[in-house]
Amino acid sequence: MAAVEVSHLCKTYADVTAVNDLSFSVDPGEILGLIGPNGAGKSSTIKIILDFMRPDSGVVKIFGQQMNEALKDQIGYLPEERGLYKKLTAIDLILYLSSLKGMDKAMAEEKANVLLEQTGMLEYKNKKNKEMSKGMGQLIQFIVTIIHDPDLIVLDEPFSGLDPVRTEAIQNIIGNLRDEGKAIILSTHQMNKVEELCDRVLMINKGRTVLYSDLVETRAKFRRNSVQVAIDGELGDLPGVIDRKLTNSSVELFLAPDTTPQTILDQLREQGIAINRFEVTTPSLNEIFLNLVRADHE
Amino acid sequence: MNKTYLIFKHEFLQAIKKVGFIVLTFIVPVLALVAIGLFELVTTLTEPSVKEVTTVGYVDEVGIFSEQTDQGLIKLVPFTSREDATQALVRRDVSEYIVIPSDYTSSGTIQRYTLAKELIPPPITTHLIESFLAWNLLKDDVSPEVITAIVSPLNLEVTRLDENGDIAQEQGNIGNIIIPGVFSLLLALALQFSAMSLVSGLAEEKESRLIDVLFSSVSVRQLLIGKVLALGTAGLLQALVWLISAPPLLHLASSLFGGFLSIIQIPPNFLLLAIVYFILGYLLFAVISVGIGGISSNATEGQNLSLLYTLTSFVPLWFVGLMVSFPNNPIWVALSIFPVTAPTQIILRLGVSDIPAWQIVTSIGVLGFSIIVGLFLSIKIFRTFMLMYGKRPGLAEIIQGLKSA
Repeated sequence: MAAVEVSHLCKTYADVTAVNDLSFSVDPGEILGLIGPNGAGKSSTIKIILDFMRPDSGVVKIFGQQMNEALKDQIGYLPEERGLYKKLTAIDLILYLSSLKGMDKAMAEEKANVLLEQTGMLEYKNKKNKEMSKGMGQLIQFIVTIIHDPDLIVLDEPFSGLDPVRTEAIQNIIGNLRDEGKAIILSTHQMNKVEELCDRVLMINKGRTVLYSDLVETRAKFRRNSVQVAIDGELGDLPGVIDRKLTNSSVELFLAPDTTPQTILDQLREQGIAINRFEVTTPSLNEIFLNLVRADHE
Repeated sequence: MNKTYLIFKHEFLQAIKKVGFIVLTFIVPVLALVAIGLFELVTTLTEPSVKEVTTVGYVDEVGIFSEQTDQGLIKLVPFTSREDATQALVRRDVSEYIVIPSDYTSSGTIQRYTLAKELIPPPITTHLIESFLAWNLLKDDVSPEVITAIVSPLNLEVTRLDENGDIAQEQGNIGNIIIPGVFSLLLALALQFSAMSLVSGLAEEKESRLIDVLFSSVSVRQLLIGKVLALGTAGLLQALVWLISAPPLLHLASSLFGGFLSIIQIPPNFLLLAIVYFILGYLLFAVISVGIGGISSNATEGQNLSLLYTLTSFVPLWFVGLMVSFPNNPIWVALSIFPVTAPTQIILRLGVSDIPAWQIVTSIGVLGFSIIVGLFLSIKIFRTFMLMYGKRPGLAEIIQGLKSA
């Protein structure tokens, strides 16, 4: 059973269509990357999934059920803009919000200490939130999101404002949660994180699905017929190469439709050229994203 | 554990830990009594231990005013001319002087001269002049007792009887309104403080998106009912602290300082009704605050908006002087039933007059109904506008939102 199943979701504000016939699902043990330009409808989609607002039409099912109060204890949500009760200490905030998720105080305290340790925040547990930096506050909220061991986790820009060390810590925790069978929706603009973490990607623009696919398949689908080659010296003419583009340390060779990378590699070997690097070009998710969004605007 | 209870517990503890709540609950009542005591103390200390005699001059141009010149602490000294009297006044041999002109018996005019800057003649001076004139005008025709009665014809002693014709336990006097007056002022302040605190708290949760985290755990109804009940309980605690501590504090201050404090009385049904109206007042302003918190885009805006409706609880205090003079005016009845003024108005009226049972029942009924309807509407407003950030909806949008919710 899918953790989240969204079917033909539509939502309109006044004369603006925020979500337009959106359908997707997220399975347990999967991270779905939710990407799209600003105003694409990501936040509206998340808020409808979490039942903060009702769709005009369409159905959302969480673990096969319509959203209800009992299901909320199985969900962890990290909003994009984060606030904390300023006068509470970090541990008091964690304990209060975890109690609202049905956690026993002793268990919550034990789990909080483990997570505070993992995120390097243990020494700040008794600090008031107003005394913490934005990044620290963000880590506390991340802990609040996952402390109750939710089966569905919705993360909206979890890495923004974090230093590389803490980003890696959070990334490792997210990876472990997926391995434990949690279903995760990761909404972010950081495409490299989507590439590193996500199994599938849902790209939306103007409320509509632009791309919804497995990440490996997506790369293969959008792969252009070219190779990156780095050699010592100049590269002469090669049959099957229709264009070339020089970069800092290599050259990208664009191949004719009937030419494969293997053909080029064989030619280079035959010519006795010493090859420092030979790589089939794979487009980054960022490139795919930009191309699709531009195409959609056109 | 019930999530409404968890929110209630958290919000209640946060509310009673606030400095404003602690000051208002525990320090202000004590300070009020200390202030009254200090007033009494200062009054006693500034009264001269040896009574000074004031000398007032007079010029009698009629020629019949010569008796009753010694009136205890005031002595009247005759002068033969206005010039002599003026010089004596300038030398400060007399504190003031009066002239009884030759046509006094036909005109009734007396001229008074003084160095002091005063808006009106002091009542004691007027009384002295009246007594002096009456005594000398009547001395040959009636007895001294009759003259005294003419000068001071009324010493009204009022005794309040109960329905059985026995002397009532609570006698009406100005001391009756002190405790209700202080309590209604404190209630109005407490309502304002708590409403602002709730509105700014909600607006802050909304602004910081903490509300999203809360709503991913609890329902709008659970959150708001928890908050409203917490504020109501904080109000009950505050009322109990004040009502329980008032009698012993009053007794202590009265025995220490006496004077004005000894006439202060607590109306017999005051304790019960004060608790009821404190709780209802807190709940009403809490549910209004929830709605206002829902449409406020930030804490400052929320606090400004809350000022508008919390001021209504002060309205009865503005008119307390009129209410003392005209206690049975229908306006006070209207203010006792109108929900936002009812708590302070009823508490004030308890010190001024008996309130008919039907008015109290109606007032409590209207308040209770307003709280239920207010909570229903506020939850709707909050649910509709909780996701609207950085912009306050207009009235038309709110009405539209309520219709479509």
